[in-house]
Amino acid sequence: MLSRVADSLYWMSRYLERGENTVRQLDVAMSLMLDSGGASAETHWNRLFAALGKPAGLEWNGDAASNAQKLVFDKHHPASVSCCIDAARENARQIREEISTEQWQRLNRLYHQMHSPNTENQFRSNVNDALGSIIDAIHLFKGVSDTTMIHGQGWHFIRLGRYLERAYAIATLLEVYQPHLFHAPEREISGYQYLELVGLLRCCTAFEAYCQVYTADLSPDRILEFLLLNRDFPHAIRYSVDGVRQAIQSIQHTGGRRPPDELTASIGRLHAMLSFTSINEILNGDAAAFLHKIRQQCMSIHDLMYRYYIQYSIQSALTI
Amino acid sequence: MSSGPVAELRELYGDYRLDHAYDEMREPSGEVREAYRALADTLARLPQEELQRRKQSAELAFLTQGITFTVYGRDEGTEKIFPYDLLPRLITSHDWEQVERGLTQRITALNLFLRDVYSEAKILNDQIVPRELVYSCKHYRRQMRGLQVPRNVYISVVGSDLLRLNNGEFVVLEDNLRVPSGVSYMLTNRRVMKRTFPQLFHSYGVRPIEHYPQLLLSTLRSLAPEGRPEPNIVLLTPGVFNSAYFEHTYLARQMGIDLVEGRDLVTHDNIVYMRTTDGLKRVDVIYRRVDDDFSDPLIFRSDSILGCSGLFNAYRAGNVTVTNAFGTGLADDKALYAYVPRIIRYYLDEDPIINNVETFLLNEDKERQHVLANLDKLVIKAVGESGGYGMLIGPHSTAKQREEFTARIEANPRNYIAQPTLDFSRAPCLIGDRLEPRHVDLRPYILYGDKINIVPGGLTRVALEKGSLVVNSSQGGGSKDTWVLE
Repeated sequence: MLSRVADSLYWMSRYLERGENTVRQLDVAMSLMLDSGGASAETHWNRLFAALGKPAGLEWNGDAASNAQKLVFDKHHPASVSCCIDAARENARQIREEISTEQWQRLNRLYHQMHSPNTENQFRSNVNDALGSIIDAIHLFKGVSDTTMIHGQGWHFIRLGRYLERAYAIATLLEVYQPHLFHAPEREISGYQYLELVGLLRCCTAFEAYCQVYTADLSPDRILEFLLLNRDFPHAIRYSVDGVRQAIQSIQHTGGRRPPDELTASIGRLHAMLSFTSINEILNGDAAAFLHKIRQQCMSIHDLMYRYYIQYSIQSALTI
Repeated sequence: MSSGPVAELRELYGDYRLDHAYDEMREPSGEVREAYRALADTLARLPQEELQRRKQSAELAFLTQGITFTVYGRDEGTEKIFPYDLLPRLITSHDWEQVERGLTQRITALNLFLRDVYSEAKILNDQIVPRELVYSCKHYRRQMRGLQVPRNVYISVVGSDLLRLNNGEFVVLEDNLRVPSGVSYMLTNRRVMKRTFPQLFHSYGVRPIEHYPQLLLSTLRSLAPEGRPEPNIVLLTPGVFNSAYFEHTYLARQMGIDLVEGRDLVTHDNIVYMRTTDGLKRVDVIYRRVDDDFSDPLIFRSDSILGCSGLFNAYRAGNVTVTNAFGTGLADDKALYAYVPRIIRYYLDEDPIINNVETFLLNEDKERQHVLANLDKLVIKAVGESGGYGMLIGPHSTAKQREEFTARIEANPRNYIAQPTLDFSRAPCLIGDRLEPRHVDLRPYILYGDKINIVPGGLTRVALEKGSLVVNSSQGGGSKDTWVLE
């Protein structure tokens, strides 16, 4: 497959995952703010921005409605949901012939939905419904991608983008929450704290899944364990890293070249970190550093993948 | 047919006046032509709401499929749907047979002409075509002299523009021999049309066009360099900002070949490769949708980044086929156009089956004087321009404009041609909720590999503005599906 095409598929997928993550976190933050007894709006917003990776130019301006509007619809802000979807569609448009018609139509519809005045009106009148319908559209796209696209190299690049973005985003989110929640003294958790913990789980669509594994008895340690180390839950970091690993392996299998040792090693290291560490070791050690290291590894996997598949030099390719 | 539907059809007519221009649907007497009767019948029977509903669902299909073209020079909303008219344009098998034979003859002759001009130049030595006309053409490429092209095919993808005059005869307005576009609209129009009028379509017995991508692919395969039995065929696009980008992606997808941009290609030792995730992969045939000028900065325009450095040398070495060949624009030069009938007679010793529009060449003294004396009746076109720019339309011009053009023509007669103002045919279109006639042309698509293939039909372009003669999509034109009947 053409390197440029692989690049576009990868970014299309990353941008959509990013958009979805932003929508979900915003949705959770907005509903947490409804409970007046908790933290101030400013705290919530600052935490939200931090969890989104502190995008430059976005900060609390004192008005929740306009902040939310900006985060979803601002055409001039690259971190807005609207821009993420534009970028995903632009990537898809450049490789229109590589994705299925169904995928293209879904994404195109989502794009038109984001640019329709109706969506902004709906957003003003009912935030949850509006955000929900964006997420639905993204889910539809993912479903259609899995069912209509050939599961060849291109599809694996889509998966690679999705899981790398997801692992990175959850690590960022946990890093932001970690000092507040996980250092709380051992005592009965208050109603507000409970809501916060539910919020954290809902940011990763994990509340119901968590309850199935641990019952509704929420404890910060277990939540961290679940979101970091669960092997079977799609929004856990370990699962996402498994996804990255499988995607890279499949790309290697469908291609004709031997992978560079550095890339294999980098993924193996991250995978091992998450597979062979217990939650107690993480909590007794430096959890913040652990999360930070996950993010660094994700970035280095991206760089190595790029250097090997997308932007290699002609000299290196001719000698092979 | 009972009198009921006819009366109802009459109610559908908006400002539907018949004059001396040929009407595709109606006889001069106002009667519906035989081929159109079933269509007229259907229209008359359909309730207005149903007709509007079908129109809307067709438009929605275009939007969600992203069948758009790019309008240059605007920031937002640079994509537009190609306007589309709901009613098909019908061509009888008798008319089509004539068109098919005529185009086959014409393209064969033009290809022989290109081969001759770029090798022995016999036609110039025999003084059939003036030498200076060829060498002063800005699409003449001296780099092509003496170069052997695969199967001697220079023009493998052609889209000639035909008009129908008031006597019902088809004539060629121009030949597009460089990178003709629009074929994706022909294919998608058909798909939408089949969904919109399934029963009508079935009852008419329309000849299929859906195999065009397959024919194109086998045409390209037939031109592969020697010794490459499984050629790697790619479509080279200028990129996502090109107005025909949708078409490039559509064709690549339909053919199952890679769509590449200049930046995907590299050359090494006169071999063209593309960058893939598995390393470099050799390219054998390039279906080029990039103009000559931008194809190779080492040979043509050095400031272009759309092409691939070294492409031309690889082509010259015979390691890659590029099609259409470079320098084919020579044969669709508007001044050379006037010589096409003579070119056909010279190479094939036959009379042209489809005629040209009468054309005056301004570098011949007698013709120039005639033209300058009759500027108010003629259309003056600059030979290098296309898309309806750089024209003087005599009957609509002011004395000042005519003076200006007289001066320009006298300064550079080679640069202009004159043609009579044409009353080309009109076909009924659904304008609002009424039928009104609009001017139409016809662009059939001709493929030339081991033989010439023309899919029955083509793109019918419509000047949707009332009274307008300009069918170009950049200037308010739309399209119709074209049904060639069995």
